[in-house]
Amino acid sequence: MVDDRSIRTSASPAATGRADAPGIAARPVLEGPDIARVLTRIAHEIVERAKGADDVVLLGIPTRGVFLAHRLAAKLAEITGRAAAVGSLDITMYRDDLRLHPPRALARTEIPGDGIDGRLVVLVDDVLFSGRTIRAALDALNDIGRPRAVQLAVLVDRGHRELPIRADYVGKNLPTSLRETVKVLLAEEDGRDSVLLGQKDPGPRAGHAADG
Amino acid sequence: MKRHLISAADLTRDDALLVLDTAEEMARVADRPIKKLPTLRGRTVVNLFFEDSTRTRISFEAAAKRLSADVINFSAKGSSVSKGESLKDTALTLEAMGADAVVIRHHSSGAPHRLATSGWINASVVNAGDGTHEHPTQALLDALTMRRHLSGVGRDLEGRRITIVGDVLHSRVARSNVLLLTTLGAEVTLVAPPTLLPIGVEQWPCKVSYDLDAVLAKSDAVMMLRVQRERMNAAFFPTEREYARRYGLDGLRMAALPEHAIVMHPGPMNRGMEITAEVADSPRCTAVEQVANGVSTRMAVLYLLLGGSEPAITGTRTDSADADGRPAAEAPEAARTEESK
Amino acid sequence: MSKILIRGARLLGGEPMDVLIDGERIAEVGTGLTAEGADVVEGEGRILLPGLVDLHTHLREPGREDSETVLTGTRAAAVGGYTAVHAMANTFPVADTAGVVEQVWRLGKESGYCDVQPVGAVTVGLEGRKLAELGAMADSAARVRVFSDDGKCVDDAVIMRRALEYVKAFGGVVAQHAQEPRLTEGAQMNEGIVSGELGLTGWPAVAEESIIARDVLLAAHVGSRVHICHLSTAGSVEIVRWAKSKGWDVTAEVTPHHLLLTDELVRTYNPVYKVNPPLRTEADVMALREALADGTIDCVATDHAPHPTEDKDCEWPAAAMGMVGLETALSVVQHTMVDTGLLDWSGVADRMSARPAAIGRLAGHGRPIAAGEPANLVLLDPAYRGAVNPADFASRSRNTPYEGRELPGRVIATFLRGRATVMDGKLT
Repeated sequence: MVDDRSIRTSASPAATGRADAPGIAARPVLEGPDIARVLTRIAHEIVERAKGADDVVLLGIPTRGVFLAHRLAAKLAEITGRAAAVGSLDITMYRDDLRLHPPRALARTEIPGDGIDGRLVVLVDDVLFSGRTIRAALDALNDIGRPRAVQLAVLVDRGHRELPIRADYVGKNLPTSLRETVKVLLAEEDGRDSVLLGQKDPGPRAGHAADG
Repeated sequence: MKRHLISAADLTRDDALLVLDTAEEMARVADRPIKKLPTLRGRTVVNLFFEDSTRTRISFEAAAKRLSADVINFSAKGSSVSKGESLKDTALTLEAMGADAVVIRHHSSGAPHRLATSGWINASVVNAGDGTHEHPTQALLDALTMRRHLSGVGRDLEGRRITIVGDVLHSRVARSNVLLLTTLGAEVTLVAPPTLLPIGVEQWPCKVSYDLDAVLAKSDAVMMLRVQRERMNAAFFPTEREYARRYGLDGLRMAALPEHAIVMHPGPMNRGMEITAEVADSPRCTAVEQVANGVSTRMAVLYLLLGGSEPAITGTRTDSADADGRPAAEAPEAARTEESK
Repeated sequence: MSKILIRGARLLGGEPMDVLIDGERIAEVGTGLTAEGADVVEGEGRILLPGLVDLHTHLREPGREDSETVLTGTRAAAVGGYTAVHAMANTFPVADTAGVVEQVWRLGKESGYCDVQPVGAVTVGLEGRKLAELGAMADSAARVRVFSDDGKCVDDAVIMRRALEYVKAFGGVVAQHAQEPRLTEGAQMNEGIVSGELGLTGWPAVAEESIIARDVLLAAHVGSRVHICHLSTAGSVEIVRWAKSKGWDVTAEVTPHHLLLTDELVRTYNPVYKVNPPLRTEADVMALREALADGTIDCVATDHAPHPTEDKDCEWPAAAMGMVGLETALSVVQHTMVDTGLLDWSGVADRMSARPAAIGRLAGHGRPIAAGEPANLVLLDPAYRGAVNPADFASRSRNTPYEGRELPGRVIATFLRGRATVMDGKLT
């Protein structure tokens, strides 16, 4: 699935291939072991930058960001010996392209019991593209509480930002063209771990859907 | 493409589940410090009430406001409507005011259908109860309540046995519930004296019984309909006492229900008539919960009708999610045309 | 008045014949006719029938000239092939005195498009309590023979009995709008499966049938004749069939819309389908067609009921009941009875001209097409097919249930006592 939930208009870089149609001759750029390795690295970076990660709350952005957040939480627990707070943050209702599509089904927002006030929130997503998803996530956070700080962790940064947003933790920087698609597969959803780089389907479906 | 919600029959099983699942997420907003979402900012929802119903109006108003829509309340009392302005002129006025949705409660069966199909107005029309016809959002909130107690979030009501008791003839709640609950796989039984059942009810997708006691033990939920005392004067039943004795739900009858069964009532209740205080105040009675579920259900309906380029309630869709578990992300042709504007 | 030669039209759907009209009468019927200086009307492929007679028309004047006047209503009648209409009594004021019926009669004379025979009210103000001056109306210039409270039922059995007896003195007939009022309080549509689903108050068939049963028994008891307006149910057909089998003097009419439309249309909640008696089920429609074919039902009557737009452009329960019908009746009858093989054109002439004229005791109408008879004729093209467009109506009102529906047949010419009121499908 390409970063299907982030927010952009069809005229934007988002107009890449279909979410579930990675295009012609998709080629893996990260495989299972690579993904495990970069998540371990990100977990260490979080602990280091957050000075022990005591007050970290990991919030995954559905769908795949949530799985990544839970994997990171497990790794944080291994490193620090304490359970890490983890949850999910659905940004559907805060999207800036709602009126460009039929309404979407909502995903679950699950805030850990102690809330986010005064905590360090790390947003977790699979692919960083236009940045619109993250803008929506920041708006959604605003309605939920007031964190001490907000950081962003992504598995892949494929560039083409449309907003002044950058990631604090990046698994892999992947320079792409707009004709390419990036699809993240995770075992929890897709049966295996992989990041695929493909060509946008030039067919009639190419112009819509994937809002990366 | 359904732009309106006029009848529970407008909803396919997938549509209904989408509304219920969305309502579950909307319900969680009520637990947050800021009980508001920006989703319908800039959209105008008109509550057009030709019939007094403070409860329903407030429920729709709260739903629209939690989604940041602008809300205009237009009630027949004290307005031009009571001075003989026609439904058509009212509709044209609302159109001129830029209404995106009209939530209509009307004493005439079919008035919302007429509003939606007459060409007077472009807004989405939501039926908030019309005459003795339908009340689809009530059926949706009832289904939401039943699902939580009987089958669990995310599921339908397959095989659940729902008994609806009382004045079916005059009940829009009963009509909408029979349609929706059947769509969701439930087995519905109507119980009423024969005088309060419509001609042709045997053609409805449900069972009919005149004997409440015979069906209680086989009910997962019992929904008691409000019975208006004035029906007695039109000889639908001899006395209130006789009605309550034969068709009212008291503690003894409640004890005959299976342990897990719930008692529902759309409100307002006639205590002592169709339901005794003992039952109404028991923990098995979900009347208050139904009211709370009303707001989330109506938020879901407004979001799905107004939240995008076109309504998500298609009336035809068979698969509601793509491989990702999201709704089919590709915008249909119509939506794309919209995008290119 | 000059001579008109209608050449080669199929008389009552039979062999092509020529018909020569001289002045107000038919001069000659035959083949190969010629006439010096006669206007020739080409009749090839067309059907020639006696001018149609409607037993049941609401012309609305006096009182509701916003929906129809005698002039606009008779123009509509001419377009539909009618040469005589019975104007119902539910006007404002009600046609319950000699003065009002004479006024309507005179307006009809002045219009010149169609003979207007006023119907007198049975009771004062249609209120069902006190007999109107039936004799005075019968003796007036309007020579009223049909009495009806149509729109309301004469539900009091004693009043009905008295009316049936009283009109015997001058050969009158009571035309009953059969609707038991208590069973139809607030009624909006046929009571059945559809009304149950739509949540609209039902108008049960038994409310019609119980009154018809009572009235045929009353008519038999007092030895009078009774006419049943707009019969609409299969059960009513059975009762009328039984009464006729007893030899009682019972006649009945059916409207074109009850021969075609069913209550399924109400699912649209479009009040253009709201009518009294209501549209019934398909089984009723089939029984009505069969009864019209076998003569149990004597005639087709339009119940032409014009209403202004605002009375239909609203929610269903607020809407007025009724449909216009004069300009579409013949097409609907062709569609439902002729094209289905249930009735031939001579049968249509009988059910739409001869029998209604006989029931109304109307002289000069419903006559055979023969030399010496008044030249009241309609020439129609049965091969025509076209969608109904209310904007083309001569009626002042547009409340037709057939808008956009393709119906067969079209009136080419209508002759009222030798004068063409319609020629080439247009009013003259």
